[in-house]
Amino acid sequence: MTIEWFVILSALLFATGALGILLRRSPMVILLCLELMLNAGNLALVAFSRMVGNGQGQVFAVIVMVIAACEVVVGLGLIVAIFRRRLPLDVDDLRELRG
Amino acid sequence: MSVSFWAWLVLLFPLLGSIVIGLGYRVLPAKVAGAIGTVAIGLAFACGVAALLSLLGDQPEARHHASSLWNYASVAGLDIKLGIFVDPLSIFMVLVVSGVSTLIHLYSYGYMQSDAGYHRFFSYLNFFVFSMLLLVLAGNFVLLIVGWAFVGFASYALISFWYRRETATRAGMKAFVINVVGDIGLVLAAFLIFRELGSFDYGTVFERAPEVFSTNQWSITAICLLLLVGAFAKSAQLPLHTWLPDAMEGPTPVSSLIHAATMVTAGVYLIARTHVLFELAPTAADVAAFTGLATLLVAATMALVMTDLKRAIAYSTMSQIGYMIMGVSIGAYSAGMFHLMTHAFFKALLFMAAGSIIAAMANDQNIDRMSGFGKAMRFTSITFVCGALALAAFPGSSGFFSKDEILAYAAARGGMYVIFTVLGYAGALLTAVYSFRLVFRVLHGEPCDEARELIETGHVAHEAPKNPATGEPEDTDVGFPGPEHHIAEHSAPMRVAMGVLAFGAIFAGLVQVPGVDDVVTKFLDPVWAGSPLAAIEPSTLADWEGLGIGGVIALLGIGVAYVLYVARPELPRRLETRLRPLHTLFANKWYFDEAIDFLVVRPALAVGRFANRVFERFVVDGLVSGTEGGVRGAGGVVRAVQNGFVRSYALLLIAGFAGLALYFLLSSS
Repeated sequence: MTIEWFVILSALLFATGALGILLRRSPMVILLCLELMLNAGNLALVAFSRMVGNGQGQVFAVIVMVIAACEVVVGLGLIVAIFRRRLPLDVDDLRELRG
Repeated sequence: MSVSFWAWLVLLFPLLGSIVIGLGYRVLPAKVAGAIGTVAIGLAFACGVAALLSLLGDQPEARHHASSLWNYASVAGLDIKLGIFVDPLSIFMVLVVSGVSTLIHLYSYGYMQSDAGYHRFFSYLNFFVFSMLLLVLAGNFVLLIVGWAFVGFASYALISFWYRRETATRAGMKAFVINVVGDIGLVLAAFLIFRELGSFDYGTVFERAPEVFSTNQWSITAICLLLLVGAFAKSAQLPLHTWLPDAMEGPTPVSSLIHAATMVTAGVYLIARTHVLFELAPTAADVAAFTGLATLLVAATMALVMTDLKRAIAYSTMSQIGYMIMGVSIGAYSAGMFHLMTHAFFKALLFMAAGSIIAAMANDQNIDRMSGFGKAMRFTSITFVCGALALAAFPGSSGFFSKDEILAYAAARGGMYVIFTVLGYAGALLTAVYSFRLVFRVLHGEPCDEARELIETGHVAHEAPKNPATGEPEDTDVGFPGPEHHIAEHSAPMRVAMGVLAFGAIFAGLVQVPGVDDVVTKFLDPVWAGSPLAAIEPSTLADWEGLGIGGVIALLGIGVAYVLYVARPELPRRLETRLRPLHTLFANKWYFDEAIDFLVVRPALAVGRFANRVFERFVVDGLVSGTEGGVRGAGGVVRAVQNGFVRSYALLLIAGFAGLALYFLLSSS
């Protein structure tokens, strides 16, 4: 299997995630889309790593997973906090920090 | 104890007094504050005497001591020490300053008693004495400038002492500004001295100056002319004199101490101190001498017509300082310093007596309203006459010997300097006339209302307090004169001070009678060692001839005053109408104020207004508001981006990364 398929799949996943972030208003979905984008990046890293033939790319992928986990913790924490305070779960309504 | 030890103590006591009174004004009762101030200055005088005795123990050639406490600044070839220089000249000045100051403190102790700012007054007064002593004891030009500026500030603070009186605060500002002009001259002179000679230290400067400069070289002339700017401003010489008459807004003891006896003679001291430099720049010395001559004549004419008692005496101060400046500039150093001493006595005395009379007049200073105080105030009148006799150089009085010594020296130097003798005698005639004009108009004649009240009831007249210059109503709280007026007849300290000074005014001349003794000259001679000008000495015969002429002129002047103001009192009015233009010129103070206003103040104001209208409005404001507008605009753009929609941030982010990726892709291929 050539590298192109992996890259195309990764690009598709990334575009899906990005579109999700741009179009959806629920913080939960945005968080999921973010994960999608990160994992698209992971896929590309692992694919290139296999192509080059050493483990460096895979190390990066592992680190990205760790960071993604942290990010999910923070993100979910925020969402729970928003929910607890009975604020609308809609990112367009939460715009108090506008300039 | 060494000489410099005593000299440091001379400085210490007034400073301590000023600080203690200044900080303790809440705790100290008024009388204690006054006593502390007086005692501090008295101790300074005692230490001055001790320093004198210690100095007299040295050989005459070795009578100079430099001492320093610590290095003030020592960097880049600059070596400034907090050091003093003690020699007969500085000790002479210390004794005159602290001696007269002690008496004036004593006088103020009585005179200012009802004033609400009593503590402040004594704190300032002690600070002034400290500054003046620092000025005369300084061992280098830097410390001299420090003392010089301190003295200027003390003068400002004391002129504006009654700070709720607008005329007083204005006069204070005027004095300060003109004094700062002088300070600038002095500072520039010090810079030039440092550039040419590489030192600020008196000893080094005076030693090196004759080696470095040739006579009348431009740089030494520039230095001396700049020193003269400082001296003229401080000593109220033309054309920087206009502040002195206005300074009479201050309390009378201040006029007596600062604006007659001590501070205004700082210029004379400066020229005498730097006589080595002035002898290398005879042109500058001649400028100084002619300025002194012009001042003594112009001021005498103004003193002839002034109707304000204190201002008339102030003009006579200017005139007498003109004599001193003339004296020390033509080389009559000891004579000039001797006149400084006798003048300090009789002028301080005249002001004290004037203060007593003004108090009796309920603060009115107009001599047109005064008459007949001779009967009402015996003691004051006797001392006033003593002062006036000395001022008019009545034969035998102190002014008689000191003034004529300057004029005799000028005659002995010969050449064009004879002009100084001739015109000096003309000035002496005017002096005698104006001093006895005051005596006859104030003391002689039918008692005026205030004098009659004093004779009949023994009480000092009281009127609703008002500004004597403008007639504005005032109260007697702090910032205005106090409610009680003190006259010498009712106040023992005032009487003591005036009695001592009256004794000095009459008899101080006896220390220096030509052919008999010459205490002052002999004492000061080591200071001018090696100076060719100081070696010129009029013969005893010439001295006595001069004294004879001076005596005749003084008697003539007093006679003229007697005719004008006693024998034929209608004559002055007739003369006034006959010589209308001259009278107008004199009474308007030769239009110096107007000339300075026109030549300096208005152009300066116009420049300021131009700068405000054009430069400030367009350039400065333009820069500032341009910057402000730029920041505001940029901020608006950034604000518009921060719209609070997370998704639009994400879009920007993604678009930005996409753009970057595109750029790198395109540029790499």
